[in-house]
Amino acid sequence: MYQHWVLTALLVWPVVAAGVVLLAPEHWAKHLALVATVAEFALSVPLWWTFAPDGGFQFVQQTLWVPAWGISYAVGVDGISLFLVLLTTFLMPLSVLGSYNYITKKERGYYALLLTLTSGMIGVFVALDLFFFYVMWEVMLIPMYFIIGVWGGENRLYAAIKFFIYTMFGSLLMLVAILALYLTVGSRTGVYSFGYDHLLANIGTLGSVAWWYFAAFALAFAIKVPIFPFHTWLPDAHVEAPTAGSVILAGILLKMGTYGFLRFALPFFPGVALHPVVQTVMVTLALVGIIYGGLVAMVQPDFKKLIAYSSVAHLGFVMLGIWALTVQSVQGALLVMINHGLSTGALFFLVGMLYERRHSRLIDAYGGIARVVPLLAAVLTIVSLSSIGLPGTNGFVGEFLVLVGSFQTYPVATAIATTGVIIAAAYLLWALQRIIYNPLDKHENEKLRDLTPRELAVLIPLLAGILWIGVYPQPILRRMEPAARHFIELVKPGK
Amino acid sequence: MSLDLSLSRDMLTALLPELVLTGWALVLLCVVAWRHRTVADLRLAGWITLAGLASAGAAAWWLWWNAAHAEGLSPMIAADDFRYVTAGLFLGAAALTVLFSFDYLEREQLLAPEYFVLVVFATLGMMLMGGGEDLMVIFLGLELMSVSVYVLAGANRRSARSAEAALKYFLLGAFASAFLLYGIALIYGATGTTNLSLIGVQVSLDQSAHPTMLILGLGLLLVGFAFKVAAVPFHMWAPDVYDGAPTPVSGFMATGVKAAAFAALFRVLGEAFGASAPAHAVVVALAITTMIGGNLLALAQRSLKRMLAYSSVAHAGYLLVAVAAGSPQGRAAFVFYLVAYTLMTLGAFALLAAKGRNGEHDVQIDDFAGLATRRPWHAFALAVCMLSLLGFPGTAGFIGKWYILIAATASGQGALAALLVLTSVVSAGYYLPVIMAMYMKPEPSPDAHMGLRLGGLAGAALAASVAALLWFGVRPNRLLDLSASSGAAIHSAAPAAPGSHTPSQ
Repeated sequence: MYQHWVLTALLVWPVVAAGVVLLAPEHWAKHLALVATVAEFALSVPLWWTFAPDGGFQFVQQTLWVPAWGISYAVGVDGISLFLVLLTTFLMPLSVLGSYNYITKKERGYYALLLTLTSGMIGVFVALDLFFFYVMWEVMLIPMYFIIGVWGGENRLYAAIKFFIYTMFGSLLMLVAILALYLTVGSRTGVYSFGYDHLLANIGTLGSVAWWYFAAFALAFAIKVPIFPFHTWLPDAHVEAPTAGSVILAGILLKMGTYGFLRFALPFFPGVALHPVVQTVMVTLALVGIIYGGLVAMVQPDFKKLIAYSSVAHLGFVMLGIWALTVQSVQGALLVMINHGLSTGALFFLVGMLYERRHSRLIDAYGGIARVVPLLAAVLTIVSLSSIGLPGTNGFVGEFLVLVGSFQTYPVATAIATTGVIIAAAYLLWALQRIIYNPLDKHENEKLRDLTPRELAVLIPLLAGILWIGVYPQPILRRMEPAARHFIELVKPGK
Repeated sequence: MSLDLSLSRDMLTALLPELVLTGWALVLLCVVAWRHRTVADLRLAGWITLAGLASAGAAAWWLWWNAAHAEGLSPMIAADDFRYVTAGLFLGAAALTVLFSFDYLEREQLLAPEYFVLVVFATLGMMLMGGGEDLMVIFLGLELMSVSVYVLAGANRRSARSAEAALKYFLLGAFASAFLLYGIALIYGATGTTNLSLIGVQVSLDQSAHPTMLILGLGLLLVGFAFKVAAVPFHMWAPDVYDGAPTPVSGFMATGVKAAAFAALFRVLGEAFGASAPAHAVVVALAITTMIGGNLLALAQRSLKRMLAYSSVAHAGYLLVAVAAGSPQGRAAFVFYLVAYTLMTLGAFALLAAKGRNGEHDVQIDDFAGLATRRPWHAFALAVCMLSLLGFPGTAGFIGKWYILIAATASGQGALAALLVLTSVVSAGYYLPVIMAMYMKPEPSPDAHMGLRLGGLAGAALAASVAALLWFGVRPNRLLDLSASSGAAIHSAAPAAPGSHTPSQ
């Protein structure tokens, strides 16, 4: 029974809860939101056990929505989206808990938007109808736009509109491509439907027009990832957003781009994606992201911006892994997506906690605080090491798999990408040194408070995830593997 | 119900909605002649108008319900779904305008109940335009509508801006009418008829004795229509006139007047010039310039009213894409889009009218700063209207745009579809600042929004519009069926264009 309603429940429940939060008294808002997101997580956990590792979609549910256009409400998960859904439901209660002190005005609106955002994000990951996917993809923009624009930092208006217009620009061209695909497949088969399976099965050969379609899809996803020349919205949005907003942006929203490549752009247009020119361009851009993101992160005076740029580098690894098209590299890419959600999410939480204490995000404002806040310093060190990819943490497993897998396809590119790990060590360790080590020379830093129980409650689940994946990733990899194989089979049949 | 329009009894049946509305207009005129001094008189006139619009709507609904259609050739007026549905739309737009006008007229002390009479006559003209099967009927409808709206634009007699708007509108409108009439004359000269279907037969068989004259006539006709729908480069009048006219009238012009011109254009191009390649090329060119021009100009506006004026130009561009599709689907998309567009535009103008203080000099977009904290429901309504105008999923505006995209792509206008979405991105640059001002900027002073008043009736109408926008954004099925059937009602004399076999048929 659980299989038949769980995804719909995961979609509907947060919206209902958002309505309740809006109607309830202001000071209940955060508690209600916490209860709702914990319930959402609890609802999603059995997915882990009931999911049977094979290549196809499970928990599928389908009903007609707009019959005149062949639009249906269709949801389902496979080994790719399962973990993104779980990551979403896992991060949301932590985001709510992490916002408890940070958000002090218009709480009802804030928590209602967070809950609506949850629905939108889960919708993107479970949609099996391209129209529904597009709607969810756009709908999730609005809550994020408001979260940045209303509760953000100094420069929030600029960041909010930039985020909105960048994303919309990419996604609207994707809309035209979806439409053209629908009409092409429809006129060929006589069945007009936006269903994912229908389109994928009947796409056939498209000829030169496939290049346009691929370009439209790839642009939408590339902006979201973000791949190098389209990344400029990211530092603004991440830095200006409130802590939970940054966590969700980095932890989940960026994954929508890489998810889009895995789910749509490559399987739909393998002919274009496997073309040597496209491969070279995409792998080069991934490398540029890794190196450039790392180098730019190194010179940031603002710790939050440093983490934002480090996201560009991490997502570069994901893109490399996807394009290398080996089972290991794709599994690695999927794992890096999860790891990045945990590690960077934790880093953003920690920056937020430092900011709440000291009201500064500048690295120079700190120094030697390990003596004042030992607990916070310890957590920050562990999380940074996981972000660098130290063996024993999750970051190592993911990046190692990507590098090993990619080496078979692109030895040179992989060699270059490996330097990215070193750059990551350089910028994070250097930042770490300046923040928690060095002499304690700032008078203001002497009275900082260490982690509160609430903050520990936010961080401990993330730490547990980091160490668990670092030590024993097998249960996750086992569930991913058939999906990764299936993905490669779709793109490169018979290999 | 089958009507033989050569019998006068059947003809009167076919004209029932127009006749009913005319009857009410005459009653209203008599009432207004006696009672035109106080607020109570104004209210009375308004209620009579609403009753008239409602009964005309009921008549149109009755014809639609009985599927009244003409047997053989329709001589003067069409009897098809397209006419009934567009008539319903015009009546609805007029009713919303009346509801939004009550408070506005009282606050601005415009105690002239003739205002409502003019609204009724303008609506009558629109209905004739949407249903005219003959170029002369369309022209008569156009003039009836235009003359009424010229006067409405100048309804605020104490305002120099209003007078300027009326004069500008009148002069340019008269020019446009002259173009249109000259075009009709040339077409008559070339074909020997003003009946749309008969012209269509000649155009499709390419048997006109004077092809050059026909092309010239068609060109002038299109110029006339382009003026009326405010397509770039014939849009110059629109911002100034919208800006100067009383706000509810601006809303009426942006929706009803524009919709009527489009309805007539659809019928003329669909029935008479469906096979004409030059007409198609002109429409494509107009769509391109209008989408680009309207959106870029709107981007530069700081005053909300002027921004809405340019945005209505941009939306004319989107509708021209539906015209360029030239298929039944394009007409269906037009009908759907029109419902959404009317609701969201009138909603935005209603809030603007409520916001405007006495004299309402230039309500800037930033004047809405902090509205969300003071008046959350009003802010929410305006935000929904803006998102719908932007074409955001979850609102009717999105489904409308999507329908136009389907129609355009299915008829091979992929480039126009791509341009439509690109210019929609540009439009985010001027719709979002309104939301940004309301939600993300602080209130300038605690009493900044004290003047914002929306009466109970207008509030209810606005709430209904917003609810409809959201509902049709999620469950568009019924409205889609209605649009599809009315879009298919116009029969082209020409053989169907390739690619018109589309999914929703």
